[in-house]
Amino acid sequence: MKLNEKSLAFYATCDSPADNAGFLYKRGERHTAYHRRWFVLKGNMLFYFEERDSREPVGVIVLEGCNVELCDSAENFTFAIRFGGSKSRTYVLAAESQEAMESWVKSLSRASFDYMRLVVRELEKQLQEMSRGLAGGCGGSQDAPGPWKPKPSGPEQSRERLPALPAMLPKENGCAVWNNVLGADRPPDTSGCGGHDEEGTPRPPPLPPRRRVSNGEAASAGAAESPSTFCRLHEQYSREVARLRQDWQQRRRGPQP
Amino acid sequence: SAPRAPAVLKKRLVKLVVNFLFYFRTDEAEPIGALLLEHCKITKEEENVFSISFIEEPERKYCFECATEEQCQEWVEALKRASYEFLRRSLIFYRNEIQKMTGKDPLEQYGISEEARFQLGAHRQ
Repeated sequence: MKLNEKSLAFYATCDSPADNAGFLYKRGERHTAYHRRWFVLKGNMLFYFEERDSREPVGVIVLEGCNVELCDSAENFTFAIRFGGSKSRTYVLAAESQEAMESWVKSLSRASFDYMRLVVRELEKQLQEMSRGLAGGCGGSQDAPGPWKPKPSGPEQSRERLPALPAMLPKENGCAVWNNVLGADRPPDTSGCGGHDEEGTPRPPPLPPRRRVSNGEAASAGAAESPSTFCRLHEQYSREVARLRQDWQQRRRGPQP
Repeated sequence: SAPRAPAVLKKRLVKLVVNFLFYFRTDEAEPIGALLLEHCKITKEEENVFSISFIEEPERKYCFECATEEQCQEWVEALKRASYEFLRRSLIFYRNEIQKMTGKDPLEQYGISEEARFQLGAHRQ
């Protein structure tokens, strides 16, 4: 299968910070000898290089749908990246210290796009609940959000509220909410990001333990925008949050003795 | 569709899965290839058409012609949001907003609040 290798190599070697980097020993596929390689984790991609200063990676492991496990192996500090399919290879890696091994296992097991998306969705919901809660307290009502109109280039990039965003490219914002099961027979354009209904999207991610369900959600289900588009929510939250914070601060100051 | 230099279009089935765009021949189960959607630019071209180009080779455009303009807009929106790097920035943004509103770090419950990749100001690119 072809990949845009130049782009991959660029991503691997560009100066965006890596989420983890270091030497690891990688067990060969057919022969069980270990080879020392320089590993770089960026996003959900684990690149490995022959040398630390190599200009191109030798290979890459895409960290979606995998399990990261410790090995009970004779060699110390080994761990494995295991994929589900029967044809899939298991990557056995060894670190040079206990600390390095733990650091890698931790970062690799949380590196997937799926995991990030889960966390982002949860934070979106929290923010949404907080906005609703505050709005109820203020007696304000929120406009039902209309369908979101795409803007030509990342407007959020110029918003002061956001942390420094890269000026490198007019990158767009938002999170993709996709059915990530390859082979699912969905037509390509209903990947959930249109301006209209979203709830053809797949089952929601598993909820973390402390989830509260607010009544506000049920009540405003009719008006609720689908939480599936960061960009749309981003617009709304920014306006709402600014308004609500102002209200909240005024209320705090108001009745103080 | 294939890159359009000699205006040859090939019909493909295209699937967006996390930050990859897979493409298939319409009658095959295995993809021919995939594009990693990091550091890329999605451009709406003429009617029904959008293109993807990458920062390291900006003049090379992968062009796609859709059946309808609406479909084209949906794809453009979808692809603009498909990168991991942007998801990361979203997370940082929400975390910061929630922290400002509540005084609490919402990542603590996940045990990831100390990770360098989520710190405000990290990953300036």
